[in-house]
Amino acid sequence: MNKGLIATMMICLMLSGCAQMDSITKVAASVAASTGVITQSQADSISKTSGAIAKSAEDITPEQEYYIGRTIGAVIIGKYSPYQNQKVNRYLNLLGQTLAQASDRPETFGGYHFLVLDSDEINAFAAPGGLIFITRGLLRCCPNEDAVAAVLAHEISHVQLSHGLQAISKSRITTALTTIGVESAKTFTKSEISQLASVFEDSISDITQTLVNSGYSRSFEKDADKGAVQILQRVGYNPNALVEMLQVMQTRLKPGGADFAKTHPSPKDRIEAIQGNIGEYRAVETPSARQARFSAALGDI
Amino acid sequence: MKQIRVCFYMITVICLITTTAVAATMSVQVRSGQVRSTPSFMGKVVADLVYGDQVITSEEQSGWIKVQVPAKGINGWMHNSALSTKKIELKAGSAGVAQTASGQELALAGKGFNKQVENEFKAKHPNMDFTWIDRMEKFQVNPNEMQKFLEQGGLR
Repeated sequence: MNKGLIATMMICLMLSGCAQMDSITKVAASVAASTGVITQSQADSISKTSGAIAKSAEDITPEQEYYIGRTIGAVIIGKYSPYQNQKVNRYLNLLGQTLAQASDRPETFGGYHFLVLDSDEINAFAAPGGLIFITRGLLRCCPNEDAVAAVLAHEISHVQLSHGLQAISKSRITTALTTIGVESAKTFTKSEISQLASVFEDSISDITQTLVNSGYSRSFEKDADKGAVQILQRVGYNPNALVEMLQVMQTRLKPGGADFAKTHPSPKDRIEAIQGNIGEYRAVETPSARQARFSAALGDI
Repeated sequence: MKQIRVCFYMITVICLITTTAVAATMSVQVRSGQVRSTPSFMGKVVADLVYGDQVITSEEQSGWIKVQVPAKGINGWMHNSALSTKKIELKAGSAGVAQTASGQELALAGKGFNKQVENEFKAKHPNMDFTWIDRMEKFQVNPNEMQKFLEQGGLR
């Protein structure tokens, strides 16, 4: 058997793996070169190609995700007004940050922070990195703390699964990361900053368009519901709270509304999928101390 | 025979990389990362590390990595979401950056979308208000408050 063929087959096998395989590919390529199976220039080219393949949303560092998330948050606050009620926001952060610690990604660059929006719409947004916004209209669909936990856990899952970043068009990520790669050894010039700022602006618009107008794919929403169930169970909430919240939402969403009616699968479809995941419906029973603090914080939302 | 030797060598290298993945150096990839005495958020905070700090890792236990910083006498646990296998280079233009061929093993702190890009964006959109974003980031809940919240609510 041709020795070049064996080396090529092995390298192709390695290239087909995930991004983590990148460094392995490089080592393998350099081993192949040092043993004379392929030339050094062939090895260099293999290493380079595998690097280019790996550029995707996963290559956005948590620090960059943080800056994207801040601006997405500013865009959302520009469309809605913050609900300036310290008691309510404090309760939401106590609950939300406790839930975030039970997720698979408890730590982000800037951490998880929650804010209520002063709107009757039934809506919620998770900006990349962990800034999460919930409308008063959506909180009114929650009969107990367990249901609020379900809403927040769903949004935390979107952050954990990097759904926002995946809304950025792939070509933009490649452009941005190429600029960074080329200029890695020195500071940016004015024109490079303006080029990056323009890619940044386009990325913000990709994410906003998805969050506010088109919504995520059904499979992303299904995954976020699955993630929410997992977080709820880890903390000790009954995951049927998500079902009960969706039942209320079903009665309140108006057809043609610019909120969850437009961006999310119907509550009925979501309930079906969740029930398939958690089994038979079991009514939520909230201990009195939990219900008392819920009423104290959100009773007049 | 030579081909078999080459294949064997390559497979050995791959296996070595895979098994030593945990016993390695990792970098703190969050702005502020806490080292805890036990593998849990309820563990006592024994040290605070900052973005780019390097730690030596050993075992992993359900999402928590045992870390140490020998120079500072720090020993404890950090959640894996706070750590990256990439070296985070804080100074652009330093020797470490110049020698690295690709961004796969290296993340450049403050590069790409950063404060400077945000400021450029703000200059272009003077009506965009970040006041509430800055305020939101100050909404902090400490571990004791969380513990109390869980207990009072009859949770976990």
